[in-house]
Amino acid sequence: MEDTETMFDTEGVTKNFMFLNRKAPYGTIYAQEVLELVLISAAFEQNAAIVFMDDGVYQIVKGHDPSVSGMKNFSPTYKVVEMEKEDAEEDEDIDMVWKIIVEKESMEARGLSTDDFIINVEVLGSQELSALMAEQDVVFGG
Amino acid sequence: MLHTINKSPFDRNSLASCLRTAPDGGAILFIEDGVYATAKGTTFSGDVEGALKNQKVFVLGPDLAARGIAEDKLIDGISVVDYSGFVDLVEEFGTVQSWL
Repeated sequence: MEDTETMFDTEGVTKNFMFLNRKAPYGTIYAQEVLELVLISAAFEQNAAIVFMDDGVYQIVKGHDPSVSGMKNFSPTYKVVEMEKEDAEEDEDIDMVWKIIVEKESMEARGLSTDDFIINVEVLGSQELSALMAEQDVVFGG
Repeated sequence: MLHTINKSPFDRNSLASCLRTAPDGGAILFIEDGVYATAKGTTFSGDVEGALKNQKVFVLGPDLAARGIAEDKLIDGISVVDYSGFVDLVEEFGTVQSWL
């Protein structure tokens, strides 16, 4: 049996991962699970496109306060995702490319604009998103 | 009659089914992810505004707060209730239909 070091050796291997966030943040556990996956992928320095579409756009809306319902506000963790993206852009030693994307149609149907989000996002129409999806090696939906 | 809706109108058709069948003179209470239907400026705002002509419409405050929906973003005519207000509605309207 291979030791764990060999199994997780990703040196020189870079794949394109897309994380497709499609669920609202507190009604189900999907959003938190995908966020966890995104953070894990940072450790392996893989390319990541973090996409918010359908009700997933609500995950990054400003002003969440679920404390009265006894839940944790996990939206500040997306600031960490944004930091990872900026680090990847600025650090020459990091090869990975991260994108944070909101689908235009989903945003507009909900009466939202980029000012409503806690992080800076790139807005893509569904056709552009479709083209980006075609470039991916792995797509995680949730 | 009291109707509760706990799913986002973008995700499920429970809002549409409720509005199509709910008898006049009752109340609709939006809870959990259902509260997204109560914001102004969405593709469903017109449907909820239409419902206000025949129904009283309420939304659960803690679920709004959790999702960052400020009360000034709500469609005019919707009342915000807390958990004890929820209990009062159940008492007042008797029969409850949960649109899951």
